[in-house]
Amino acid sequence: METPSRDIETLVHRAYKAGFVTELEADAVPAGLNEDVIRLISAKKREPDFMLEWRLRAYRQWLTMRPPQWAHVRIAPIDFQSIVYYSAPKSKDDGPKSLADIDPKLLETYDKLGIPLREREMLAGVAVDAVFDSVSVATTFKEKLATMGIIFCPFSEAVQEHPELVRKYLGSVVPYTDNFYATLNSAVFSDGSFVYVPKGVRCPMELSTYFRINASKTGQFERTLIIADEGAYVSYLEGCTAPMRDENQLHAAVVELIALKDAQIKYSTVQNWYPGDEQGRGGIYNFVTKRGACRGENAKISWTQVETGSAITWKYPSVILEGDNSIGEFYSVAVTNNMQQADTGTKMLHIGRNTRSTIISKGISSGHGQNTYRGLVKVLKGAENARNFTQCDSLLIGDQCGAHTFPYVEVRNPTARVEHEAMTSKISEDQLFYLQSRGLAAEDAVSMVVNGFCKTVFKELPMEFAVEAQKLLGVSLEGAVG
Amino acid sequence: MLTITDLHASCDGKEILRGIDLQINAGEVHAIMGPNGSGKSTLANVLAGRERYQVTRGAVIYRDADLLQMSPEERARAGVFLAFQYPVEIPGVSNIYLLKAALNAVRKSRGEPELDAMDFLALVKDRLQLVAMKEELLYRSVNESFSGGEKKRNEILQMAVLTPHLAILDETDSGLDIDALQVVASGVNALRSPDRAFLLITHYQRLLDYVVPDVVHVLVGGQIVKSGDRSLALELERQGYVGVAQPSTSV
Repeated sequence: METPSRDIETLVHRAYKAGFVTELEADAVPAGLNEDVIRLISAKKREPDFMLEWRLRAYRQWLTMRPPQWAHVRIAPIDFQSIVYYSAPKSKDDGPKSLADIDPKLLETYDKLGIPLREREMLAGVAVDAVFDSVSVATTFKEKLATMGIIFCPFSEAVQEHPELVRKYLGSVVPYTDNFYATLNSAVFSDGSFVYVPKGVRCPMELSTYFRINASKTGQFERTLIIADEGAYVSYLEGCTAPMRDENQLHAAVVELIALKDAQIKYSTVQNWYPGDEQGRGGIYNFVTKRGACRGENAKISWTQVETGSAITWKYPSVILEGDNSIGEFYSVAVTNNMQQADTGTKMLHIGRNTRSTIISKGISSGHGQNTYRGLVKVLKGAENARNFTQCDSLLIGDQCGAHTFPYVEVRNPTARVEHEAMTSKISEDQLFYLQSRGLAAEDAVSMVVNGFCKTVFKELPMEFAVEAQKLLGVSLEGAVG
Repeated sequence: MLTITDLHASCDGKEILRGIDLQINAGEVHAIMGPNGSGKSTLANVLAGRERYQVTRGAVIYRDADLLQMSPEERARAGVFLAFQYPVEIPGVSNIYLLKAALNAVRKSRGEPELDAMDFLALVKDRLQLVAMKEELLYRSVNESFSGGEKKRNEILQMAVLTPHLAILDETDSGLDIDALQVVASGVNALRSPDRAFLLITHYQRLLDYVVPDVVHVLVGGQIVKSGDRSLALELERQGYVGVAQPSTSV
């Protein structure tokens, strides 16, 4: 008879369910990176000069930088010259004018992933700006949003139609000098989403983007910029799955959020990129820079993430609390199974007075997964009465995985109050047996315990995402956890 | 209902049950008494299918099926219920959510449709009264920050909702004050029926003042050394296990 812990492990091993590759003719530049490639990308996108100059400055900066080594992950060296930096799916004519123009294969792919793209999204109240490889191919609800003055479009379109906004805010939260991967992204980013919600407007629907990596050997460099003007509110959902691949694929996105006075941005992510096989082969490298700035009084930015995919995740959605009374929140569930590695957390930078931040991090490790929480709470001199509450919990499944916590706290103001709680627990055989003896299948029992563990984060997710997240958690821990 | 024949079981290589024979018919209430370490809880756990215990010999037939071949959840769905001696806490999972998932798992295996939210709530509220539990406990995490008495009542509540054929109560009376004991007992009595059997595992005959058993067994050293009617429990109370376990020295 197998020991109970082995049993739990066998539960966790389940194959990735979104593995398929769509055959599309890709319009790609040759592999490798130099100034000509950057000029080509910029030209293909018919960008104004300021964009090209910005890209080139970033590229020159990048040449002087080295990949960061401090994260608690093991990674083989990446050959940046073997990466293809631009690829766009070819369509009839010069680009799709409506859903009817979209490559049926592509729609089929979305279909397989269960992404709501047609009427379904109306029912769900979700507007989707779908990014397939590097070019946005479908944007919906745009007109409806436009009547309220809300801009929701592919980044490349924003560069052409709203250059003043792009110029003002691009790089204002994550400068092109920020870090190795953000700088690379600044040089070569292909597309992404752009959102602007004008003063006093409450965006009436959840905005959503589904990312997907497809063409072989294509690094994907998304750039997302969301601006909530004074008193505005917007909730943005990002969700992704990726087809099965043999080679590691680099994904280095940058997301910048700007919340002005009294504005609120809620950014939710469910990330399910291909994590590699049981030996860790072929998974996505997810090196993302996400940062928001509360630029005015009473501004609020919330990050909620459910990270179940990728071979390596390196990601620290952060908030710069500049405005007085501004609020930053970070709610995270990170799952590592098999050979997955995650080094994720947040930075809360308290600058204004009475600024508050909350960090709730739930790490789940199973198989040989390594899960690291890395967080920084920094209270500057002028941040009178700043407050932070941090809770980092880890759940271990089996005895070959690891959980690590690196909380950094820097306080320069004596009135600050910073609290930190941490807990590591193992999913116990007693809990599983208890649930099984009430009639639940072993996998459902594990799933129930894990979902209970994550409850405080899931309740922060928009409804439709919460359901998806619970399912995802089940899928990612199948064979490890139900 | 249940026929146990020459059951031997061990834990971590140590033999704990050494040949149990037991026959329980529908409608009967059996009590198993015995000193610490005699194997009472092992028997309960073996019947519920806990993997930590290995059955090394013997057979258990439950309603014409080989119970030992069934997984814990299959046993539960077939109507075997174990009220735990130490109910575990499950943070973040509400009590009512577990009740619903459990009931639907059982109903599904019986080919019955899942109960809708209204019917389910009505059922649970009805059963709550049986164990005099506050409704508020339904919405708390399973057993988390429950008092000892609340945990035991919660087990009886689960039993009342799941309506098993065979209910095994593993020292449900331990650690209860007299009021809680009466509540638990009246819950059990309310569920007594001609097609349901109970196996009560207990240290003390106190519980048997409230739940009158049909048969009392004395378990010592992994074997049933004596069986009798309710008077056996009273005899135990007077003479202790040693006196009863060794017939040669008894009256």
